[in-house]
Amino acid sequence: MSAQILTANILRTGLVVFLAQDHSWSEKVDEAAVANTEEDAKALEAKGVEDKIANLIVDPYLVDVIVEDGKIKATHIRERIRTLGPSVHLDHGKQAEGTAGQFMPVDGGGQTSSAQAKIARGKRT
Amino acid sequence: MYRYDEFDARFVNERVGQLRDQVERRLKGEITEEEFRPLRLMNGLYLQLHAYMLRVAVPYGTLSSRQLHRLADIATKYDKGYAHFTTRQNIQYNWPKLEDVPEILSDLAEVEMHAIQTSGNCIRNVTSDQWAGAAADEIADPRPICELIRQWSSLHPEFCYLPRKFKIAVTGSPHDRAAVKFHDIGLRMHRNYKGAPGYEVLVGGGLGRTPMIGITVREWLAEEELLAYLEAIMRVYNSLGRRDNKYKARIKILVHETGHDEFRRLVDEEHAKIEAPAVLPDPRELTRIEAYFAEPQYEDLAEQDAGYNKALATSKDFANWVKSNVAKHKKPGYAIANISLKPEGGIPGDATDKQMHGLADLAETYSFAEIRVTHEQNLVLPYVRKSDLSDLWQKLQALELAPANLGLMTDIIVCPGLDYCALATARSIPVAQELTNRFASLERQHDIGTLRLKISGCINACGHHHVGHIGILGVDRKGEEIYQITLGGSADENASIGKIIGPGFTGDEISDAVETVVDTYLDIRQKDEPFIDTYRRVGKDPFKEALYATA
Repeated sequence: MSAQILTANILRTGLVVFLAQDHSWSEKVDEAAVANTEEDAKALEAKGVEDKIANLIVDPYLVDVIVEDGKIKATHIRERIRTLGPSVHLDHGKQAEGTAGQFMPVDGGGQTSSAQAKIARGKRT
Repeated sequence: MYRYDEFDARFVNERVGQLRDQVERRLKGEITEEEFRPLRLMNGLYLQLHAYMLRVAVPYGTLSSRQLHRLADIATKYDKGYAHFTTRQNIQYNWPKLEDVPEILSDLAEVEMHAIQTSGNCIRNVTSDQWAGAAADEIADPRPICELIRQWSSLHPEFCYLPRKFKIAVTGSPHDRAAVKFHDIGLRMHRNYKGAPGYEVLVGGGLGRTPMIGITVREWLAEEELLAYLEAIMRVYNSLGRRDNKYKARIKILVHETGHDEFRRLVDEEHAKIEAPAVLPDPRELTRIEAYFAEPQYEDLAEQDAGYNKALATSKDFANWVKSNVAKHKKPGYAIANISLKPEGGIPGDATDKQMHGLADLAETYSFAEIRVTHEQNLVLPYVRKSDLSDLWQKLQALELAPANLGLMTDIIVCPGLDYCALATARSIPVAQELTNRFASLERQHDIGTLRLKISGCINACGHHHVGHIGILGVDRKGEEIYQITLGGSADENASIGKIIGPGFTGDEISDAVETVVDTYLDIRQKDEPFIDTYRRVGKDPFKEALYATA
């Protein structure tokens, strides 16, 4: 199976978060606990359900990722945008708040302005 | 100008109180997300890709300066300093916090605004012609009827739990600027053989995954009969519309599966059962509503203005803006000034708090403090003296609100797409940005002429791609964003649904593909023939050949 992490939104604010090793919810994808086995993934999900019932978060779900040099990259473009913020507004979202994943831009380049945002290929790598 | 009456004000304030209580209970954990979700959706609050999203209703696209100032204040205070005008004449905030939403709704209620009927399976807020009350070609202002429908539909106990959402649009002009053939119900005002104004009633139009053009169920219906007839349509839908499958629940599917004649028969049968007086609007109420939409205090002006004519002759840039963005007004000496929210490389439909404040001030000075929102994601100052147009244009430039591209190639309708939307399968805004950069030259755009380009980031078609002369649909193919091109759609009175031209293109290829389509048109058009006419004359083959011929 692909490596997976658990994501959700904080109920009170709507912010995108990831379940961390210590079972807290982090805004940074790089702090997410990575499950490499189905058993670990189920444990993440169970914690998600628990915190959903505790009204901390909403909509928890697993996301496929790859891990390179300790950095976590969501495989699918949708989830990658979720770890960064809008690709057309680099001044907003995690990418602007210092909480983005370190696999920065969706298109792999890094220097695009919103006016020239290139359409990235969301290819699985 | 449109306002709420005391009943609406009370009702809206009560609703704010209810949501405040619901949010509080949700945050305390007294109600679950499953219980809360339908409640927040009844107040326009979604959970999107990055955050909550609040959709605020702009009834019939009409805003006062005071209201626009307030919308800007909310963007500053509770959001990130900007907001997005949608393809249904609404405005959306992209980053509100749940805990702030009751305060936002309370701030909105102070200026007679709310987020009711912007979401959920109810009769959504009614849309109309953005030039209502000002257009030179109009039979009558359609907004009083919109408001009548709104009063009838808000909290109508029978229609709060429909099989699916339900959208109504009304036009009072022969040239349809409200896309009435693509709504669940479209109403088109026209005169009967006696010269009396009434409504053609269209049912079952829509976009989404099953695009359909509405069918005419009544050629002409008098205003006073309208509500009873709408109620009959709603009853047929409410009892027979499918609830087993979300994707087959819209009335267009019912109309299609039942058959047009049988559907008409069912509506007529239901109509005959309705006790007319129960849904017959009191004439006094109609008069009262009409007073809300009374004309502003126009001055008696000459149609020609020397200063305006001189400005046209001396500034090519001003003349270009007038050519595309200024429309003919019904009153001599006045004009309709359209404000394009489609700057080169920008995000279609977005406006900053500063721009909203600036425009609200300009409306105060030049347009009887009234602004309109269009379903094409632009804004309008509906009552500007021709003698003021040059000054207005200069001030719009200072606000970066003077793109001279209304109705041209770069005036693109675009949904938020995968940059914001939880349902999207591909990004749509970056495609628009690249195209507005590539086709930035006004000279080139004028040469191309009228060309409506529309982009959706998923099959739900919020970007109306089915009715673009050129439509683009972004899909997800194994994790890659792929863009399909449709050609030949049209949203106006000559409605048509675009056809997919062939295999899709990657993000890197889509702009080139659009350019190929445009260049092919320029090659084969006859003199002064707009894109859509050329397409209808030659069909898709020449375009297909240009796009897919192997070198």
